[in-house]
Amino acid sequence: MDNLQLLTYIVVGFTFVLYIGIAVWSRAHTTGDFYVAGKGVHPIANGMATAADWMSAASFISMAGLIAFLGYDGSVYLMGWTGGYVLLALLLAPYLRKYGKFTVPSFIADRYYSKSARVVAVICLIFISFTYVAGQMRGVGIVFSRFLEVEILTGLLVGMGVVFIYAVLGGMKGITYTQVAQYCVLIFAYTVPAVFISIQLTGNPFPQLGLGSTVVGSESMYLLEKLDLVVQDLGFGAYTDGSKAMIDVAAITLALMVGTAGLPHVIVRFFTVPKVSDARKSAGWALLFIALLYTTAPAVGAMARLNLIETIWPGEVAESQPLAYEERPEWFRTWENTGLLDFTDKNGDGMIQYYNDANPEFAPTAEAKGWEGNELMVDRDIMVLANPEIANLPNWVIALVAAGGIAAALSTAAGLLLVISSAVSHDLVKNIFAPNMSDRGELLTGRIAAAVAICVAGYLGYNPPGFVAQVVAFAFGLAAASLFPAIIMGIFSTRINREGAIAGMLTGLIFTFGYILYFKGIFITPLAENIPANWLFGISPEGIGVVGMLLNFGVAFTVSRFTAAPPVHIRELIEDIRVPRGAGGAEAH
Amino acid sequence: MSQQSEHQERRDAYWNANKRIMFGCLVVWFIVSFGFGIVLAEPLDNIQLFGYPLGFWFAQQGSIYTFLILIFFYAWRMNKLDREHDVHEE
Repeated sequence: MDNLQLLTYIVVGFTFVLYIGIAVWSRAHTTGDFYVAGKGVHPIANGMATAADWMSAASFISMAGLIAFLGYDGSVYLMGWTGGYVLLALLLAPYLRKYGKFTVPSFIADRYYSKSARVVAVICLIFISFTYVAGQMRGVGIVFSRFLEVEILTGLLVGMGVVFIYAVLGGMKGITYTQVAQYCVLIFAYTVPAVFISIQLTGNPFPQLGLGSTVVGSESMYLLEKLDLVVQDLGFGAYTDGSKAMIDVAAITLALMVGTAGLPHVIVRFFTVPKVSDARKSAGWALLFIALLYTTAPAVGAMARLNLIETIWPGEVAESQPLAYEERPEWFRTWENTGLLDFTDKNGDGMIQYYNDANPEFAPTAEAKGWEGNELMVDRDIMVLANPEIANLPNWVIALVAAGGIAAALSTAAGLLLVISSAVSHDLVKNIFAPNMSDRGELLTGRIAAAVAICVAGYLGYNPPGFVAQVVAFAFGLAAASLFPAIIMGIFSTRINREGAIAGMLTGLIFTFGYILYFKGIFITPLAENIPANWLFGISPEGIGVVGMLLNFGVAFTVSRFTAAPPVHIRELIEDIRVPRGAGGAEAH
Repeated sequence: MSQQSEHQERRDAYWNANKRIMFGCLVVWFIVSFGFGIVLAEPLDNIQLFGYPLGFWFAQQGSIYTFLILIFFYAWRMNKLDREHDVHEE
């Protein structure tokens, strides 16, 4: 075992001891502790926990790499995954906190006075959460196998074991305080390499400002300007320009925003604070902690892209000779072993020609130089994972990135597992099958459900169904089209009734599910090619949740108009949740 | 009955004031992201903010900062409104 690996074991091992220690200290004694941490979490702590809950393996490992290769088009993730918090803070969090129950399906069931609505909501929730959690467990396995060189299965089992201890033992209370620690680990691990790289490239220690600064060694050349030039020299589109259609960019952004506000594991975090005013404030803290990573990510993406190109093209980009394969740096060799970097010498000259071979306008230039295709395959995940090595940072920074990736994946997985277990124990078992169950019985059921959910998630992480890559489209689209409109209408309209809400949720769910299936073909072969010409209004499956949401609203309003108005006590319930005064502590049904 | 309708009137006044504040915040939310960051991004890119083309800056930085300010503003403004209408929590 070399020095770096030993260091990684020590850092990751230390964080695990920390998480388990917190779980033992904060274990749950009642269902209130288990579901909503006894509603006693300080808004700042809740903000940190929400941020860790929200930022998944994808945010930590993949997002900067996505932006690095998408340039401007990557903005959909930045705006989409932060703008949702404005909707949460203004439209959902304070009212759901005032309502004061444990789960999202409980609100839908009470507001629409219907067991069927509860079941529909539970189905939406379980589907959204399981697709999401499979990706997280996979992320844990991958980080383990790359940094600690163990089998994916071993990594997965260790990860499952740790989540098992603190989620099953501590419930929401254990998860919340563990997430606070995980947030600190992951943000530190993300920003340290970013600061170093920003200093190296621009001399500015703040990556957010570095991205808008001039490059070191030049008075007038801005970093983004330089990046635009070098990528265009290689046949790529300008970094700061987009290539997606405007309507699609807007639809994806809105679907991600609304989807964020409709994700049950995010919403439920706002049930844990003591007061309505805390719920509003806590959304702000959550976004502040998220923004630290989300405003750094575009800098990491752009700087890593520039670093990569300058490594491959040490001289004048595309004019002089690229790097010879024999002279490749050490990190290049390391990451080649993982398959994340792949070199194929297509023209047999021993040099690494990295350029855009899919651009027909650039083809004559490439041909004139004797290039026979792009020779370097770069996985987007490498932009974060290999960043410290590319920038020659010390080993402890690399070890930290491993711990950060695991923290991001575990914290999100735990939050998701908790909403799954509470939907099963509270909404299905307690409210539908066994209404007379005691609090202790329900707590035990919740723990068993969490344990089963961890095993299913672990299985899905080890044998990922073909659709894991499409999880983002699915989870966000379904949340946007099903749960979000039902909750919003439940608060802002007194006229939407049971029939309208159920018809709306089902319409949104089936439409969105069907559209994604039609183009992405999960379980079946796609029925049509996934290209803009075939899309409805030019909106890709990633953004179709917006249309599903509009259909949901439309159907719910129409059906409600022609059926009986909700009973008087529902009107009173709505009036009551609109006013902050009177939000009590934890209460069960 | 009149006491009850007065109570209802006060609740409606609070709710309408809340909706006005909320609507104002959502307009700003929409303008910075969908307006400046997407629809107007190209023309705005002709303006430079240090090394950032302005449209690009809104899409990858500015909109996020604005979202943050919006949420804290809303929380502060609503706390004030809760007190004005005497519906705040003890």
